[in-house]
Amino acid sequence: METFLHQVIAGLSTGGIYASVALALVMIYQATHHVNFAQGEIAMFATYIAWTLIQTGMPYWAAFFLTVFIAFVLGVLIERIIVRPVEQAPVLSVVVVFIGLLVIFNSMAGWIYTYTIKTFPSPFPTEAPFGTKLVSSHELGAIGVTLVVLFLLYAFFRFTPLGLAMRAAAQNPESSRLVGIRVGWMLALGWGLASAIGAIAGMMVAPVVFLDPNMMSGILLYAFAAALVGGIDNPGGAVLGGFIVGVLENVLGAYVIGNELKLSVALVLIIGVLVVKPSGLFGKVHVTRV
Amino acid sequence: MSARKLLIAAAAIVGVAFAAPYALAQKKYDPGASDKEIKVGNIMPYSGPASAYAAIGKAEAAYFRKINDEGGVNGRKINFISVDDGYSPPKAVEMARKLVEQDEVLLVFNPLGTPSNSAIHKYMNAKKVPQLFVATGASKWNDPKGFPWTMGWQPNYQTEAVIYAKHILQTKPNAKIAVLFQNDDYGKDYLKGFKDGLGDKVKMIVAEVSYETSDPTVDSQIVQLQGSGADVFFNITTPKFAAQAVRKAYDIGWKPVQYLNNVSASIGSVLVPAGLEKSMGLITTQYLKDPLDNAWKNDAAMNDWKAFMAKYYPDGDLKDGSNVYGYTAAQGLVQVLKQCGDLLTRENVMKQAASLKDFSPSLALPGVKVNTSPTDFAPFQQMQMARFDGKEWVRYGDVMTR
Amino acid sequence: MNLIETLGGKQQVAILATVLAIACALPFVVSNYTTFQFTLVLVYSIALLGLNILTGYNGQISLGHGAFYAIGAYAAAILMDKYDVPYWATVPVAGFVCLIVGFLFGLPALRLEGLYLALATFALGVSMPQLLKYKHLEAWTGGVQGITIIKPDPPFGLPLTPDQWLFYFTLAVTLVMFLLGWNLLRGRVGRALVAIRDHPIAAEAMGVNTAMYKSLAFGVSAMYTGVAGALGAIAVQFVAPDSFNIFVSITFLVGVVIGGLASIPGAIFGAIFIQFVPNVADQISKAAPWAIYGVFLIGFMYAMPTGVSGALRMARAKLKRKASTVPQRSG
Repeated sequence: METFLHQVIAGLSTGGIYASVALALVMIYQATHHVNFAQGEIAMFATYIAWTLIQTGMPYWAAFFLTVFIAFVLGVLIERIIVRPVEQAPVLSVVVVFIGLLVIFNSMAGWIYTYTIKTFPSPFPTEAPFGTKLVSSHELGAIGVTLVVLFLLYAFFRFTPLGLAMRAAAQNPESSRLVGIRVGWMLALGWGLASAIGAIAGMMVAPVVFLDPNMMSGILLYAFAAALVGGIDNPGGAVLGGFIVGVLENVLGAYVIGNELKLSVALVLIIGVLVVKPSGLFGKVHVTRV
Repeated sequence: MSARKLLIAAAAIVGVAFAAPYALAQKKYDPGASDKEIKVGNIMPYSGPASAYAAIGKAEAAYFRKINDEGGVNGRKINFISVDDGYSPPKAVEMARKLVEQDEVLLVFNPLGTPSNSAIHKYMNAKKVPQLFVATGASKWNDPKGFPWTMGWQPNYQTEAVIYAKHILQTKPNAKIAVLFQNDDYGKDYLKGFKDGLGDKVKMIVAEVSYETSDPTVDSQIVQLQGSGADVFFNITTPKFAAQAVRKAYDIGWKPVQYLNNVSASIGSVLVPAGLEKSMGLITTQYLKDPLDNAWKNDAAMNDWKAFMAKYYPDGDLKDGSNVYGYTAAQGLVQVLKQCGDLLTRENVMKQAASLKDFSPSLALPGVKVNTSPTDFAPFQQMQMARFDGKEWVRYGDVMTR
Repeated sequence: MNLIETLGGKQQVAILATVLAIACALPFVVSNYTTFQFTLVLVYSIALLGLNILTGYNGQISLGHGAFYAIGAYAAAILMDKYDVPYWATVPVAGFVCLIVGFLFGLPALRLEGLYLALATFALGVSMPQLLKYKHLEAWTGGVQGITIIKPDPPFGLPLTPDQWLFYFTLAVTLVMFLLGWNLLRGRVGRALVAIRDHPIAAEAMGVNTAMYKSLAFGVSAMYTGVAGALGAIAVQFVAPDSFNIFVSITFLVGVVIGGLASIPGAIFGAIFIQFVPNVADQISKAAPWAIYGVFLIGFMYAMPTGVSGALRMARAKLKRKASTVPQRSG
């Protein structure tokens, strides 16, 4: 029984990782109606930037916030310079551009930093919380940070005029322009925020999985699944989706099907959920009027 | 016999006697070799999931640059043509064909990865081009009868696993063993060797759990293994996952006797990230010197290596064991080419590779030597067990041979 | 309508004939190695045509076609290795198996649109290697060790090398598949597929059985990719789970987009891109070859957002416009 509890808690910890990356994916989808496949690699690259800053002696939180800011600017620049020229192109062409970004960031990180794993510090204390060995302070702290970001995001989209403008720009660019919203800059802002969230996710993830250029590739699939299971336009759903996927993966691997097939089975289950509820568990159902 | 016939016979003998030295002193070249250079092919995963190992190719390229700066091998420069296969077997086949048919290399040296080498195995032997010192520890490369053009290099995984199995049988005959392995050729090869080594005591394994390289962490697997109640742990993981496994086991309070496979025994790349205190007591086998090991702080060969890295491969990571591996393998090739002299045919390359006698690469552990013969295509077969004491690997026991 | 008009006019026929002539002459002009590379180009073009039918013509995105490629390849390998089936017979079998599997996958996929379908196919592509390594299937699939196949020899003692023979065999299959596809797409089925892509509700209202056509599109698309997989396995002579990871699926998608969606010749352009550009990138930079590849991808999308065939179409249209604006001097 204790092992089962342990697996569930371990699943919640990994789920927290998926949740934070899923948040970044939802963010960019809400702002641009595109799923940015390069999100994971940009987050990884931002984490490397943080690592470099810390290596020069900067204290953790200073490096943290500076990296978030740099990631924000990087996101805005990528949108303005690289994504802007293909905005009008068919969806799949934009997807190919994202794939291009993905391989570029991955390859550059490998070239600049080599593939030896690096430790990334955690801002949370190293002693186990509440004297338990089941979960570390960092894993709890990371979940906490994810929830704070989620709350801030929710508040931003729901209660601020800027958030409303961004949602409008993504849903209906033409009408938004007519009411005076600078759609182009809304998109850039969306990218910036998504990169910033991604950077936070990366910095929370790296202490657990170690920093290396391929850090995010395994996570991206699960984060993508989590975002869809929860509903791609629902940040809260995405976070919940992350936890669900994490626990599901662990429990399936340990008790149901063995580790050799847990990836396939987890994905089959997720697709099953989607077939029954095509917009995800908490997503908005879009009714099209003919 | 008539006088005439005798005269002709005598002339023939004299003619041959004059010609013979010329025939012996002649140079012989197969495609890829000439008076000026020797073309050496190499296939490495510069992209894709195994790109961490590409450092080996870069270290080898740097070493050959050094050799060329010093005048080359027997006056010939080494033209090292290294290509990327992205760890994908079809790409490896294409690259092998490019090296053999387009670039016309004399041999393919140290191609990396079991799947890639499996894919080109038959082709290289059909084309009679040496597939020399393959960079994988799988056991199937030591088959001189079936595949005379393929030769392994490092101690093979099964041999290493047998050493651990025997050690457990000797020191902890009632142990309950847990195994974590990577779900691919490398992991399964170690597992097979381990099971073979346990023989009819295979039931000692109470938990056998796998992971994929696409998994973000192996935390769940470690929790599973702890739950099995095992008190011995055989850790068959690549560096990133090894660090995770070692650290997680410590963090959840599981303290088995842990055997760590040689692939991930690097202090800098694995034990430092995992945490040196958390790595105390780890057992492994070694055949090469670890750059972070204090025992070699003043070792002349290690200092030579560091100077080499500084001059020829400054971007390289001094903590990365791949750079020691590449350096050593390159030394092996240079030795073989030296032994070939002016007879640079593919057949002679294999012949010389199969005649290495007590060759000691500079970064091999003291007592570990490379030996090959026409029936023994496994250059490295010796390893020594070592235990981590929190700071370095302390070797104990004898250098063991299969 | 006579044949020349059906094919699109005298110019088109001339182009087709030239391309075919070059293809036939190729193995005698270039080395065995380059012939091998072009055999792979043909293999990929069949796979890309398959994906194009689904994604380009029918608008259903698939990030998992590598899985069908794997199934086709393993079908061929298992048949040749375990049951001594001759290589040419494995190709239609592989196609048939994938037709069924694709259709079956297409059925539940009917409920999924856009992103969700992308995820479902992505999941298929990602889990394929794991399935291939599964220990209870090891007796068939050879597990992580894979299966080695022997290269077929030219039949009837023809004076060709195995590489040349394989090129012609693959070329013949390619022609058949392309002819089949072209016929399919310019008829009722093609129109139905495009209608479903562009205006699904209107199509449904017009009486098009959307569900059946969409599942059929999946099936046919999978069949093409399965055939390509079988040919690819025979050309490379080796199958292993690691040969069919998610990158294969992503590469196919990239190829289809670069070549041009909803375009039959686009499949060939795309195949040339995905076969040769990684090699070019490798030549340019050993340190970060995929960064160069990524730059190529983005550059291509800037220059030709509708793919190579789209760009060619626009160029032809421009030329036609220029020609028609030349003032006609009447005598």
